[in-house]
Amino acid sequence: MSQNPNSSLRDVVLNMRDLTKIYPTPKGDYVVLEDLQLQIMKEEFVSIIGHSGCGKTTLLTMIAGLNDISGGDILLNEFPVSGPGPDRGVIFQSPSLLPWMTALENVLLGVKQVFPQASKKELKDICAYYLDKVGLGNAMDKRATDLSQGMQQRVGIARAFALRPKILLLDEPFGMLDSLTKAELQDVLLEIWDKEKITAIQITHDVDEAIFLADRVIMMTSGPRAQIGDILDIGFERPRARKEILNHPDYYTYRKHLIDFLEH
Amino acid sequence: MSQTTTAPTPAKSASLTRFLPSLSGMGAKLPGMAKSAGITLASMLLFLLVWQLSATYLYNVEAKSRIDRVMTEQGAAEAEKMKACIASGDISCKPNTLPSPSEVVKASSLLLADHRVISADKAAFKAKTAAVNAQRKAQGLDLITYTGRPSFVDQIFTSLKTVAVGFLIALFIAVPIGIIIGLNENLRTAFNWFIQVFKPVSPVVWLLLVFMIVKTLTLGSDSDTSFLISAVSVGLCSMWATLVNTSVGVSSVNQDYLNVAKVLKLGIGKKIFKVILPSAIPLIFTGLRITVSVAWMVLIAIELLAQSPGLGSFVWEEFQNGANDSNAKIIVAMFVIGFIGFLLDRVMYYIQQSVSFEKALA
Repeated sequence: MSQNPNSSLRDVVLNMRDLTKIYPTPKGDYVVLEDLQLQIMKEEFVSIIGHSGCGKTTLLTMIAGLNDISGGDILLNEFPVSGPGPDRGVIFQSPSLLPWMTALENVLLGVKQVFPQASKKELKDICAYYLDKVGLGNAMDKRATDLSQGMQQRVGIARAFALRPKILLLDEPFGMLDSLTKAELQDVLLEIWDKEKITAIQITHDVDEAIFLADRVIMMTSGPRAQIGDILDIGFERPRARKEILNHPDYYTYRKHLIDFLEH
Repeated sequence: MSQTTTAPTPAKSASLTRFLPSLSGMGAKLPGMAKSAGITLASMLLFLLVWQLSATYLYNVEAKSRIDRVMTEQGAAEAEKMKACIASGDISCKPNTLPSPSEVVKASSLLLADHRVISADKAAFKAKTAAVNAQRKAQGLDLITYTGRPSFVDQIFTSLKTVAVGFLIALFIAVPIGIIIGLNENLRTAFNWFIQVFKPVSPVVWLLLVFMIVKTLTLGSDSDTSFLISAVSVGLCSMWATLVNTSVGVSSVNQDYLNVAKVLKLGIGKKIFKVILPSAIPLIFTGLRITVSVAWMVLIAIELLAQSPGLGSFVWEEFQNGANDSNAKIIVAMFVIGFIGFLLDRVMYYIQQSVSFEKALA
């Protein structure tokens, strides 16, 4: 297992210790994760990759507080996580916008929760800033149902960033999009992330996406009793441009490494 | 009625746009609309034809049986007389059966003429009693009111009033209870048997139940309780669809939306009003739409039994009355009832469309 060379110098934002998840079933307990150890550093972008059903999403929903922890603990800035909260922004696989609200209202709903003392105008300015950043400056007052899937996910990104969370959790956010829209949204995400540098954990199936976005790719073994199989550091400089990365000689080394692991 | 607004057929619209290039926008819609309107019209004509034929057939059966009866009871001479009488169309020996379309049209104009007479009567009465009533009002006495027979149009408005009050009763009982039991699984379980047992109860039984209760509650007061009884019964009969739909809508909110509410740590009030209720609105309104149609349907039966004024009692009185045009008047009332029911459903549909984020089924 390779370790992040700077890990000792940087702060650990998220610390998972002996994390275990057990689903009781009629045939006995099903152990999804067992004694999992993982540290995420400040301002780090981590991709978690693995086969379907290996427990990636379970791990993410446990961090988000939407799923109970069976054993061990998750420390966010030294404090154990219990229950969900806006300090962990989530971008869901389906955009999960409230369809009866406009794009702006969807973002505003969360921002109001996080900044209860701010004035109406300040709140709106925050939302408008992030919606503008994801390229929806002109579509703020459109109903969520009138937006395309890709546009909806842009709102989802704006909503997550606008909460100024301590950590950003992305659950296969582009899994349902076609490949062109997917690339577009990856660029949008990277651009806004480069500015905000919010520690991020992303679940993905997509090897190229993992390399393009992440500083570290964490490979999970297949379940049950899933473990961290391997960790790959991605050394590309930021800000990253898709074209340069695709032409970078290391890109194919990384890619081969990941595919070898997944096909093993 | 949704068939009347089917999408235009692409082939036809294309051929039309070739001839009307400047009207291409309209042209795309027109042929489809014309086609469905044509189909509707044709089916209406077919309906009238079948109606006319069956009315004629029933008329002949009825006439023949009369002549036969006279023949066996009074002999051939009287039977000949009866035959001539029926052929002349005289009212005294007219066979009483399903009226033909033309008779129904005649009856409807009679009803309208009757309405004009009664309205004129009412206006005259009002003018006559205006001075007396003003005096009585000043003295704090009860006003003299018109107590004549209501016209058919008056009956329609009475029925609409009853159904409106019944609907509001259903709305104010079913929606709040539906929301509350939708939010709490234990309450849902507690209410389940109640809903399952009382939902299928017939309107007639509800009416009797309401009658028992209202009769006792209004002991001593001499006000007319029949309106209250029928409105409450209509409300109780029709509220079930809204109750069930509201509780299902509230209890089955998309897990994604609930996760959003959890992640944002919305308070309970915000969670209900910003997430759960808006997401349940389409189902609530589907329930309300069913409630309106059920309310209108049971109203007629309830008015008929409760002897409260309205279309139901109009139908019943005409049936009891047995005048030569009673049957035709009953059919007029049938069409009016059906058409109003259809209009009420349309109104609910447009309200549903305007408040709901999902498109409702036409």
